[in-house]
Amino acid sequence: MPAKGVTRDMARAVDVVVVGAGVIGLALSWRAAEAGRSVVLCDPHPGEGASWAAAGMLAPVTEASVVEAPLTRLGLESARRWPAFAAALSEAAGGAEVGLREEGTLAVAFDSDDRRQLEQLLRVHHSLGLTSEWLPAADCRRLEPRLSPRIRGALRVAGDWQVDNRAVVRALLTAVSAAGVTQRRVSVRRLIGNGSRVDGVELADGTHLAAATVVLAAGAHSGTIEGLPAPARPPVRPVKGEILRLAGDPADPVLEHTVRASVEGRSVYVVPRRHGEVVVGASSQEAGFDTRVRAGAVEELLRAAVDLVPGLAELELVECRAGLRPGTPDNGPVLGRTPVAGLVLATGHYRNGMLLTPVTVDAIDEVLAGHDLPEVAAPFTLERFW
Amino acid sequence: METVADGNDVADVDDVFELAGEVLSSRLILGTGGVPSMTVLEEAIAASGTSMVTVALRRVVTGVPGSVLDVCDRAGVRVLPNTAGCFTAHDAVLTAKAARDAFETDWIKLEVIADDRTLLPDPVELLSAAEALVSDGFVVLPYTNDDPVVALRLAQAGCAAVMPLGAPIGSGMGIRNPYNLAIICEQAEVPVILDAGIGTASDAAIAMEIGCDAVLVASAVTRAERPAEMAEAMALAVRAGRLAAAAGRIPRRLYAQASTTMEGRPDL
Repeated sequence: MPAKGVTRDMARAVDVVVVGAGVIGLALSWRAAEAGRSVVLCDPHPGEGASWAAAGMLAPVTEASVVEAPLTRLGLESARRWPAFAAALSEAAGGAEVGLREEGTLAVAFDSDDRRQLEQLLRVHHSLGLTSEWLPAADCRRLEPRLSPRIRGALRVAGDWQVDNRAVVRALLTAVSAAGVTQRRVSVRRLIGNGSRVDGVELADGTHLAAATVVLAAGAHSGTIEGLPAPARPPVRPVKGEILRLAGDPADPVLEHTVRASVEGRSVYVVPRRHGEVVVGASSQEAGFDTRVRAGAVEELLRAAVDLVPGLAELELVECRAGLRPGTPDNGPVLGRTPVAGLVLATGHYRNGMLLTPVTVDAIDEVLAGHDLPEVAAPFTLERFW
Repeated sequence: METVADGNDVADVDDVFELAGEVLSSRLILGTGGVPSMTVLEEAIAASGTSMVTVALRRVVTGVPGSVLDVCDRAGVRVLPNTAGCFTAHDAVLTAKAARDAFETDWIKLEVIADDRTLLPDPVELLSAAEALVSDGFVVLPYTNDDPVVALRLAQAGCAAVMPLGAPIGSGMGIRNPYNLAIICEQAEVPVILDAGIGTASDAAIAMEIGCDAVLVASAVTRAERPAEMAEAMALAVRAGRLAAAAGRIPRRLYAQASTTMEGRPDL
């Protein structure tokens, strides 16, 4: 029986309602629609949250940690799936490019202390069987002549790529429309259900949408949706990240590789797009749902970036933005079914939403088809936090 | 008739650590800066056996589920707010007052940093902030240089402990001036807590052997490849150092002294 307060909208239940149109929600809606399911995707500002702020690094290797081995495995598997995912997305979006670049990443040491820190990362890579190699400073500067002469060398990580996250979002918006996903640019006021099952959602405009399955993909907001039964609540918290965008000349690119570094202990990354944009990120702050940009964050990022690549000082600063990463206790996503029937989670991707999109989409596709999570995603159920 | 005292002025190793009239069950204090995830922090807290964790007011907000504060709450440890990121006495005093409101405690770990390259304490600003906060009723635990004179002046100003560095924050260089640290411990009438510079477990043991009452460790645990294992190592080291300090080490000698005497050996 439908819940109390049902309007006639409830009469026509769709297969899937997706809450949140970030890159995860968009991509899994696209896949579900292509698989023949009826999908309604709800978000007042599709693609404008963390997915728009992000840098688009696909960096399972430079982000690897010995205490997060399952997450590293998930990231590597997702990176492996990115070329096919990007090709399929381009095709679905009428040939739109998504800016997948496979030149790789240089993790640069600015001084001798930074170098010792990278040597520790190199040890971690060896212990996890990951591929990276130490490049002396002269070799780094042959690859990237605009790196500062002050650098002490770098780890070259061929397997860490990038996509243009904004191109991905735009392509996904086109792809979901083409695939027949119904988009509602309204926020979800609450989930409708009886505590042990979810039957649909109520939108902020009062509309009720009935669904066989509700997929919660609301990023940092995933834990705060009203009507979410406690046993199904993902432990997601906002982790603020401030990030800058500079405009460079595509005919005279500043860099070819993604460059990340510890500059006198300050972490920074510089991600060059083919169309000239240079992304400089990112701070990390536990500040609740605050998205104001602090002057000090901009100063720290620019100081580190310009120390690393002096020529960046001449580019136009076009954007300072803050996004909210959906952080979880162990930095891994929360995927799959919950104890509440009809409710599936695809959230908590923290620093790696872009990277983990293909593997997440494949995993949720299995779940919607009635199967279990694939083996690589199996460690990332909500149950691990109980 | 003569009586014999216990001869136990250092007390036994299971003695309690008393700070500002409160009993803490561990002589190891953890800092949270640099921790890779909340799960890792939770494991490190458990493995360390600590009863007090310091967090930067400027790096956390209260009331957000899943934060560092939630983890501390679940672990049942006391939260010691600190003024990390302050460069003037003025900012440190304001930050301490904000921390008192946010954390409902008048304990404050006072940090006033001179510059962001060395992160060394600015002793002039520090003393000024300490005096202001003491007169405002705070329990002030100042992060200070390994300078015995400054440490003495902070104690005289009414600080509840002094927290000298072993080496710069995050450097992992250990205790660079053990003689200064020994002087600070010898003259102190308040607890001495080694703060900053610990790189590995032996550094913590040495601090306790020198006579510190407790040790604060942050980066050495949070940035270790396996933080929980390092936290356990630190707990064991603090206990070992305390035990060794109480056990009474042998005097250093220039020449050998055989542990087995030469007499009574078979003449083969």
